[in-house]
Amino acid sequence: MAVNDNMVKQVELKPEDFRKIDINDKEAEVIQRESLSAWQDAWERLRQNKMAMTALIIMLVIIIMAIVAPHLVPYTYDSNDLMSTNKPPSLEHLFGTDDFGRDVFVRTWMGARISLIVGLAAACIDLIFGVIYGGIMGFFGGRVDTIMNKFSEILYSIPYLLVVIMLLVVFEPSLWTIILALTITGWINMSWIVRGEIMQLKSREFILASRSMGADWKRLLFKHLLPNAMGPIIVTVTLSVPSAIFSEAFLSFLGLGVQAPVASLGSMINDSLTGWLYYPWRMIFPALVISLTMLSFNIFGDGLRDALDPKLKK
Amino acid sequence: MFRYIFNRFLHMVVSLFVLISATFFLMKAIPGDPFTSEKKIPEQILQRLYAQYNLDKPVLEQYVLYLKNILKGDLGISMKMLNQDVTHIIGQTFSSSLKLGVVAIIVAIIVGVALGMLAALYHRKLIDNVAMVLAVLGIAVPSFVVASLLQYLLAYHWKIFPVMGFKGPMNYFLPVMALTASPIAVIARLTRSSMLEVLHSDYIKTAKAKGLSWFSIVSRHVLRNGILPVITYVGPMTANIITGSVVIEQIFGIGGIGKQFVQAINTRDYPIIMGITIFYGVILMVARFLTDVAYVAIDPRIKLAGRKGD
Repeated sequence: MAVNDNMVKQVELKPEDFRKIDINDKEAEVIQRESLSAWQDAWERLRQNKMAMTALIIMLVIIIMAIVAPHLVPYTYDSNDLMSTNKPPSLEHLFGTDDFGRDVFVRTWMGARISLIVGLAAACIDLIFGVIYGGIMGFFGGRVDTIMNKFSEILYSIPYLLVVIMLLVVFEPSLWTIILALTITGWINMSWIVRGEIMQLKSREFILASRSMGADWKRLLFKHLLPNAMGPIIVTVTLSVPSAIFSEAFLSFLGLGVQAPVASLGSMINDSLTGWLYYPWRMIFPALVISLTMLSFNIFGDGLRDALDPKLKK
Repeated sequence: MFRYIFNRFLHMVVSLFVLISATFFLMKAIPGDPFTSEKKIPEQILQRLYAQYNLDKPVLEQYVLYLKNILKGDLGISMKMLNQDVTHIIGQTFSSSLKLGVVAIIVAIIVGVALGMLAALYHRKLIDNVAMVLAVLGIAVPSFVVASLLQYLLAYHWKIFPVMGFKGPMNYFLPVMALTASPIAVIARLTRSSMLEVLHSDYIKTAKAKGLSWFSIVSRHVLRNGILPVITYVGPMTANIITGSVVIEQIFGIGGIGKQFVQAINTRDYPIIMGITIFYGVILMVARFLTDVAYVAIDPRIKLAGRKGD
């Protein structure tokens, strides 16, 4: 403290001038605000993002409708009524009927169910395989990493949809072969994200601390590294759902999607193309649902990224 | 730098080899042969057919022959269209696809960069918001939905453009719009975020302090640096436009490679499927290779980063 020497001499301080103040240690340590875990914090941020929350609600509505809606009307997705083909929307058939007299409402939501199953299953397989592969690459590093990374790079540089098309030409398309074909190279992106995250986290102090306490690689990987890499992993999964749905729709276009009478949103749109200038409802409803699904997954994924990684947000 | 380019080149060749081998062995994995049909083909004719398609030789020999033929540019003979060789079919249909694709790529870059630039310059204003909503829509709405809607509204309902065909310049509008919707959206987003970053950097402040006009700041400094990430997208965009064109050609009745591809898949004409797959593969991998090279050639910072990493 810059106190003038003269002033110290002039002011004589006696012991009475000092008073003891009780310092309450506990008071200083009291936490005024409720403490938030990283996840609660992210949820708070997400909740304030109106776009993302709207997207979440739309997502949930579509998922619920895909589960419930087919049971709400007295038709099934493959029950045809040749007396009422290509009827416009009415109270009887909310979304109209198609060229076999099948109810478009039921088919749209059954299609949404199939598309969502394809999207979610593909995303799950990508997740499992990508995390294992990427985890090994990132954790062990060195030569293991170099070889595995080269392999995935070569696999990745082969155009994705071409491989999928080839696979489905050879193995007849069904729900499961489509999902498998879509995941054949879909996991690579996830593995790279996991690899990058783990490489970054590996050199941090808490890993060193855990290591010095004798933690083995399983504990390091599953207790410390992966939970900390969870943010980007979740975002990648969310964003891979719409891309799988889109790929399935594209395959339907080539006649390599799910086979009739089962319908996905993509195959419904493809089927409706022939006469759709005259029967627009056959295309509009599935197109609307597929667009809304992709839109909401994309926006929600972007919102999640902002919420989970505040560093990225400007 | 030459080491980097050489590495990338090697990478491309290996990938291409893997793709060709994968297509070949997958096709061999199909049970039965292409001539199994209800009609009984006499034994002698069958033998002739096998000989024509090299099916009478052991698989490995067929494979070596196939590789040799590809190097010579011979992709085999169609199985459904009499005596048409695949290279010829691709050559015939390529011109429409190429025209459409090139126009689409040029339009996507110009419109995408312009949109992204406007959004960045008018950050958080109306133009920015409209551009970003368009960008999200462009990414989320599948191209065939865009195509069908455009066809319904602009061609069938308002009769501004022809519904189908590929004859005059008017025929380009709708397919190009449908094809470019998603690349434009991606490019606009890339341009916007990188331009925002550039606008806040010190050298832009310096340029302002020097008293440069707004126009020369934007054209000389902002655009040049802001456009870099767009170059990395040229490779993926080519892929996007090719897959898009498969669908779009079908919808607008354009007789290009994409339409041929769909037809071959439906009739299970294996040599054509293989041929077009390899052809697409070559285009995509060359595009990706050129993108990598262009990026290093244009941005000197990449080289430095690469050296530090080694």
